[in-house]
Amino acid sequence: MSEQSRVITYTDAGVEALREEMRRDESIVYIGQGIGPRGGNFRQTRGLWKEFGDHRLRDTGICELGATGVAIGAAMAGTRTIVDEVFLDFALEAITQIIQQAANISYMSNGKIKAPVLIRGAMGAVRNAGAHHSHTFYNWFANTPGLKVVLPATPYDVKGLFKTALREPGPVVFIEHKSLYNTKGVVPEEEYLIPFGDAHTVREGKDLTIIAMSRMVDLATKAADVLAQQGISAEVIDPRSIVPLDRGKITESIKRTGRLMVIDESPSNCSFAAELLAIAVEDCFDAMIVTPKRICSLPVPNPFSPVLENQMIPSVDRIVSEVHLMMNK
Amino acid sequence: MTEPSAAKANDHHLLLSYYKKMLELRLFELKVQELYRNARLPGFVHLYVGEEAVAVGVCMNLESKDLVFSTHRGHGHALAKGVPADVVLAELWGKATGSSGGRGGSMHMYAPEWGFMGTNGIVGAPIPLATGGALSAKLRQNGQVVVSFFGEGAVNSGSFHEAVNMGTVWDLPVVYVCENNLYATEMAFSRATKNTSVARRAESYGLPGVEVDGQDVLGVHRVAKAGIERARAGDGPTLIECKTYRYVGHHEGDPGTDYRTRDEVQYWKEQDPVKRARKLLFESEVADESELQSVDQEVERLIDQAVEFAEKSPEPSPDSVNEHVF
Repeated sequence: MSEQSRVITYTDAGVEALREEMRRDESIVYIGQGIGPRGGNFRQTRGLWKEFGDHRLRDTGICELGATGVAIGAAMAGTRTIVDEVFLDFALEAITQIIQQAANISYMSNGKIKAPVLIRGAMGAVRNAGAHHSHTFYNWFANTPGLKVVLPATPYDVKGLFKTALREPGPVVFIEHKSLYNTKGVVPEEEYLIPFGDAHTVREGKDLTIIAMSRMVDLATKAADVLAQQGISAEVIDPRSIVPLDRGKITESIKRTGRLMVIDESPSNCSFAAELLAIAVEDCFDAMIVTPKRICSLPVPNPFSPVLENQMIPSVDRIVSEVHLMMNK
Repeated sequence: MTEPSAAKANDHHLLLSYYKKMLELRLFELKVQELYRNARLPGFVHLYVGEEAVAVGVCMNLESKDLVFSTHRGHGHALAKGVPADVVLAELWGKATGSSGGRGGSMHMYAPEWGFMGTNGIVGAPIPLATGGALSAKLRQNGQVVVSFFGEGAVNSGSFHEAVNMGTVWDLPVVYVCENNLYATEMAFSRATKNTSVARRAESYGLPGVEVDGQDVLGVHRVAKAGIERARAGDGPTLIECKTYRYVGHHEGDPGTDYRTRDEVQYWKEQDPVKRARKLLFESEVADESELQSVDQEVERLIDQAVEFAEKSPEPSPDSVNEHVF
């Protein structure tokens, strides 16, 4: 098998990026629950403890507030850290440290103190985990000056974005999607970095622009396949990082197609989808043929029942039918 | 006059420098109070008046490479760690020459060039940060010791619990210094908890806990020195509880009289650490009145110069507002 066609999982792409970066930069320390001998709740650090040991893979008790503060303080003092919240939901226990300390420190210190900390958490609906383990509040972080926010959608992007995140001067919130961990894709064995603020055109098209993040990229692509058979050419764009945002590539596409549909797993109120629609209005208004549209999760806590949760979250069918409504306007 | 022993002479020499530093903290804060009351300074300030022996007794034991993580009541910690008074005052004035170039202010001032890792607007939050600083020091083997200052108001927060537990289980080179001034804003410690001994809480985390009279600078110095040496030797953290008091309200503008009696405030003023040190210097004949007066004048000049520097310093450029976000 050639290097170019090597296929690995989203999880293993993250492990590979971590291993490469921890070998390259001996100052990197990884802090979190079950990330040592256990190899991570999602197998997201599998094999790393054997190579790097207790000093660099530091298991903690259940104390997200303390562990996150410790990771940020160590970063302020010159040690690059990763703090694994495991479920993004658990970052809420530590939110004051992330927002008040990590995000503000560069500005408050006039650029004299940087906190190179990577805050890692897995989000989103998977296997009916219920309301406490399914949140997708990346838009909250995007609303906070000082944080960079990354949402990889593929194994290829996980590796390239992870490596970039581990060379950033300040805090990065790195949000994977739980239901993507077992997905597979081509990941080169050689080193590559994906810069932040570089949106990926997943599929080119001319009739409308669909912007989707994280797991929604897969749904948007599948919807575009269906639409293609029906004679509708959809362009699918994945921003990959929402802060910084590749505003240029996004607005260029919207201006070219004249139609915008955003797919977002968060509820619509004050969502990142709302931001993308606002950008379209600000930058592309004259070029737009129809009113832009967003498809978001319904504004309810994640229900446990599979039937209800499926109803809540955007689906391929819903995207296809909404695109038809848009094209018929 | 009796010939003092070498150790005693050494202590007294130390006391003279401690007295001078405490006076700097005191006069600095009284000047800030005056400037603030005259609407010269923007924002909010929490003054350190009355607690000087803690910052000085602890920080004068530190090396320049060591780190201090401070609180919302942190001007004294900054000065005691060696940040120049003019740089601190310029920050309180929001000037470009301040330690954070005017981006921080009283509760967000950072001077890493002096090992000062910040005041903090969030009670409890600096304790995990300081613990992280100590983790960094341990991993980098750079010999740094970290001091984490916090008030007794922080010890009922989860931040204290989680951070002290982590610092202890990892044997980190950190000294946790609680400034127990009895009130968290207006909340008496005895109304907030059944266990009003912070030092005794140490036992439940498995680290040494020590209580000390926080108005006795040499007493603070002795326990802090032991804690710092223990940390530097790699033996882990110590929790020090300094019994102290703020003569002023929680913040400038709070009279502090709704929840404290005049008698209580008066009682603590009689323990004043600056006066105590001055008296001891005089009685032990380390310095006579004229020598002490010249020290006083030197400190007064330093504060006057700080005011002149800060007042004349430029404002930050409005165009720079977007700089240093990331």
